[in-house]
Amino acid sequence: MSIETTGAVGPVEGVSRYDVDNPAPVIEPPRARTKKTPKSTRTNFELYGWLFMRLSGIVLVVLVLFHLLIQLVLDGGVSKIGFAFVAGRWASPFWQTWDLLMLWLAMLHGANGLRTVINDYAERPNTRFWLKNLLYTATVFTVLLGTLVIFTFDPNIR
Amino acid sequence: MATPTLDKVDDAKPASVASPYITVTFRIRRFNPEISAEAEWQDFQIEIDPKERVLDGLHKIKWETDGTLTFRRSCAHGICGSDAMRINGKNRLACKTLIKDINPEKPITIEAIKGLTVLKDLVVDMDPFFQAYRDVMPFLITKGNEPTRERLQTAEERERFDDTTKCILCAACTSSCPVFWNDGQYFGPAAIVNAHRFIFDSRDEAGEQRLEILNDKDGVWRCRTTFNCTDACPRGIEITKAIQEVKRALITRRF
Repeated sequence: MSIETTGAVGPVEGVSRYDVDNPAPVIEPPRARTKKTPKSTRTNFELYGWLFMRLSGIVLVVLVLFHLLIQLVLDGGVSKIGFAFVAGRWASPFWQTWDLLMLWLAMLHGANGLRTVINDYAERPNTRFWLKNLLYTATVFTVLLGTLVIFTFDPNIR
Repeated sequence: MATPTLDKVDDAKPASVASPYITVTFRIRRFNPEISAEAEWQDFQIEIDPKERVLDGLHKIKWETDGTLTFRRSCAHGICGSDAMRINGKNRLACKTLIKDINPEKPITIEAIKGLTVLKDLVVDMDPFFQAYRDVMPFLITKGNEPTRERLQTAEERERFDDTTKCILCAACTSSCPVFWNDGQYFGPAAIVNAHRFIFDSRDEAGEQRLEILNDKDGVWRCRTTFNCTDACPRGIEITKAIQEVKRALITRRF
């Protein structure tokens, strides 16, 4: 038997490490039921996630397009944006609400989208876990910071 | 041999009679765990009528050139769903693909369907696929006493799920789905199609349970509507549409 002598390197010059009694390992079949297999969830989380993507998408189209129009096109374009311009807009509860809504919807929409991308592309459970952790941390941080700024913005700050 | 005309290939034909046979290269992904852990491509040159099917070419190789070539086929006429394979990068049934339709000028690549464990050459382990199929309970479930006569249904009620009754469980759709390729936890198009067949059957009373099963995190919500399954289906089932109908049923049930 050549198995002992050839070691772990693989077939050498016509001699195979594998034969009828010692076949090569095949890749593990997916969806095999093991102890690690997560139990079926029985929640509507994915349903609500899916629906949220559609609904927030529709709202975001309006919010973001008008946001871009006001910020970048109308009334002098991008050159008008400064501290005074932002302070002036956030003096109105309407624009505060607009920006808050846009912040929350865009962040959650993007985070949920990335979550599905991670689910689809990360192959190992560990990679998946850490990527999602990073994603959720970044999302929570950005949403909280943005919300804080919108609500506690002080136009007279020195 | 099923096609006796194949036998009289070369000699007797003079040049004056145009021979229907052409030389085709079959480039087949070979894997034999008893020889090597690596799969590799092997080329076979065969003389064959381009109006024959890919399966006939595989038969010719297996019967005349290399008997170790391993593949599944049972009925050889597109009904049993045994010989789904990836031909020129697309999932098809070898028994329904004519050689003339897939450009015999170039080598025809043939490999096992993706996302399932390859056992040998073109044979894959179908267990995960059938596990997902069993999970959606693909059988009629009713309550109460059995009627003394058959369970009647109008033509319209039958028409509702007609498309999804055509499935032959060849796994061409599930093994063409990029979401299934990743970790194989997704139920896959075939299981959803077969759930659809009963969910929308007026005689069945377990639609609710099946919807609940497909509401799982690896259920219908993982579908990205890439339409790979619809493209791959040898029976022309509108699979993506069926999946979307299940999604819609789930949403309208909730709200």
